[in-house]
Amino acid sequence: MDLEAAKVIGAGLAAIGVGVASAGVGFVFGSFLQGALRNPGAADGQQGRLFIGFAAAELLGLIAFAVAMIILYAV
Amino acid sequence: MAAESKIDPMHQFTIDAIGGGALDGTPFVFTNSALWMLIVLGTIVLFMAGGLKRELVPGRWQVAVESLVEFISGIAVTSIGEEGRKYIPWIFTVFVFILFANYWSMVPLTVVGLHPFTVTSQFTITGVMAVISFSIVLIVGFWKHGFHFFSLFVPHGTPKPMLPLIVAIEMVSFMVKPFSLALRLFVAMIAGHILLEVFGSFVASGVASGTPMGYAVTVVSIVFMAFVNAIELLICGIQAYVFALLTALYINDSEHLH
Repeated sequence: MDLEAAKVIGAGLAAIGVGVASAGVGFVFGSFLQGALRNPGAADGQQGRLFIGFAAAELLGLIAFAVAMIILYAV
Repeated sequence: MAAESKIDPMHQFTIDAIGGGALDGTPFVFTNSALWMLIVLGTIVLFMAGGLKRELVPGRWQVAVESLVEFISGIAVTSIGEEGRKYIPWIFTVFVFILFANYWSMVPLTVVGLHPFTVTSQFTITGVMAVISFSIVLIVGFWKHGFHFFSLFVPHGTPKPMLPLIVAIEMVSFMVKPFSLALRLFVAMIAGHILLEVFGSFVASGVASGTPMGYAVTVVSIVFMAFVNAIELLICGIQAYVFALLTALYINDSEHLH
């Protein structure tokens, strides 16, 4: 297998991480909605924490994307 | 494979000199990045100037500016407390600059032949902002607590045998903060704009092919691009909010320790 083919396969494998992170982001917002619908009064005060959780989950997906881009363009 | 594809999604992030080489007698070059930063700055100045009239009965513009300021002071006060008010200038600066830069990059000026440059898609820009945020954290921490600041690495109630491991983990998670702050913003902007570029080129090459299949691809791509644009507008706001919020939280850590 030459380097070009290996790069494309590697970038595709790295892109799996983006999909997994999307599950994480969905879980964050889904859990927030579950809690928020049980106690709507407390929901607004927790939005900061919602976005912290979102940012943490999203960061890992973005790192996977960055790895894919590095493999494709920088290696 | 690479030979027939003409899409170059990374081209939009290249930094070019505008108006020739270096400025007279200096090694500095006026680039498209600098130009768009000036445009962003000009927009911010215009926006803020419209809201500083101190009218007794505020107009719409005044209300827009005031609610933006109140939103930021809300972030600072809820996450740091009353002493967070002195950090509002920096948090506000970061939030407004990122927000305006992100939204300028979404303006479809390509239609009239201009090429909007995404200021926040460069690691140097986001990195400098993250480093300033992190410097504030360090300076405030050491200024207020001296060497007691290192107790940040030891959470309350840690069992003695676990101490070396916990300290190492806390240390790494603390040191990684500026990188994650800068990386999140710049990669999110790059990813979104690559997606837009790729689907935009699908539209163009679908029309250029002139076949029924090509037109079908064009229609699907345009519908999809509308959704991606909507998501991107949301992401632009969220990234600015997250950057400001995390800056406030990190400052809170150094202001109050654990």
